[in-house]
Amino acid sequence: MAWSRDEIAARAAAELRDGYYVNLGIGIPTLVANFIPAGMRVVLQSENGMLGMGPFPFEGEEDPDLINAGKQTITELPSSSYFSSADSFGMIRGGHIDLSVLGAMEVGENGDLANWMVPGKVVKGMGGAMDLVAGVKRVVVVMEHCSRDGSAKFKPRCELPLTGTNVVDKLITDLAIFSRADRHSPFQLLEMAPGVSLDELRTRTTARYLPP
Amino acid sequence: MSLPTGPKVYATAASALAGVVRDNITVMSGGFGLCGIAENLIVALRDSGVKGLTVVSNNAGVDEYGLGMLLKTRQIRKMISSYVGENKEFERQYLSGELELEFNPQGTLAERIRAGGAGIWGFYTRTGAGTLVAEGKEQRVVDGETWVLEKGLVADLSIVKAWRGDTEGNLIYRKTARNFNPMMATAGRVTVAEVEKLVEPGELAPDQIHTPGIFVQRIIQGPAYRRQIENRTIRKRPAAGVS
Repeated sequence: MAWSRDEIAARAAAELRDGYYVNLGIGIPTLVANFIPAGMRVVLQSENGMLGMGPFPFEGEEDPDLINAGKQTITELPSSSYFSSADSFGMIRGGHIDLSVLGAMEVGENGDLANWMVPGKVVKGMGGAMDLVAGVKRVVVVMEHCSRDGSAKFKPRCELPLTGTNVVDKLITDLAIFSRADRHSPFQLLEMAPGVSLDELRTRTTARYLPP
Repeated sequence: MSLPTGPKVYATAASALAGVVRDNITVMSGGFGLCGIAENLIVALRDSGVKGLTVVSNNAGVDEYGLGMLLKTRQIRKMISSYVGENKEFERQYLSGELELEFNPQGTLAERIRAGGAGIWGFYTRTGAGTLVAEGKEQRVVDGETWVLEKGLVADLSIVKAWRGDTEGNLIYRKTARNFNPMMATAGRVTVAEVEKLVEPGELAPDQIHTPGIFVQRIIQGPAYRRQIENRTIRKRPAAGVS
């Protein structure tokens, strides 16, 4: 049984530590906010210019001046602060954010990440993804293990245009979790979803990784 | 009650753009998505009939509003942006080659504008190293890290939106509507600000000013704001009586 989106997000939430400043990407990464352990102090950054993101507003309390990087309406907390996009990316680029959780199209066994562009298809832009992977201390990628046609997304080298080189520290898919000690080390298999065998994982992965 | 007056204060968005807007100029337009965009000045820019614009803006509006209106009328020749996903007409013009597009990583875009306004010609950043973004740019390797040279950006005209402003051009933004507006205000040869409420000097606390008036040459009070929400997301209220 592959892990669901929520189960992937819950596993990514295990990366959180008390006092962390965290940036969550759009999609499964956003769900990580639902799994912050009770009592843990985690400050969520929204790269358009806010620290201390609160939950979505109740109906009728939406504020057009208060949105997250996915342009969703959000709320503020007593601890929130606002700042310009230049200050925001100063935080990101300057290494002040502890953890970024991002989606991906491909991850290379060398830690390369591709998540913004498919040549020949509509190009929407990289937004803040390149800045995040270049500046945030630890980068965790969450994604489906294979693409819709069944081909591997964790592969020897990314074939799509890169978002960053050697930037991924941990990869959590619906089938397995891979991690590496540092950015000079290869990925190692940490955990598999229930019912997934080592053989099955091998057939769905072209990247090389160390056994558990 | 009549509006406050002063040498920087203009009565309408159209009059505030008069004499600044010409074909083929570069315009910086504040906002993130539709949040904090200069709604009235964008309409006035469209109505001016100006053509061949290079527009620096994080996004390109939506089909019916914001910069999307200027795309529809083909007044934009080139966009410098980080993300343009919400605009079908943009896609069509880009794919057909009518519209030129330069993607910048969002933080690089913000910093290029900040640098331009602060008199910094260029800076080196790790962002984009080893990607398409770095192609054709000078790069330096320091202690094993690759740094990409990015140049400061300035514009002939910046249009920004704030919550409050005074007749001196001092501005206060509200919540995440601040985004790109403060840097763009500094990087325009002429910066025109529109505010929801224009007040007399002294009504805004000097310690609370986000953009000092030196960066703002012209200011208007916007006659109306649509304040459109792109992605309305809500949560359910807890059921009454349940503790």
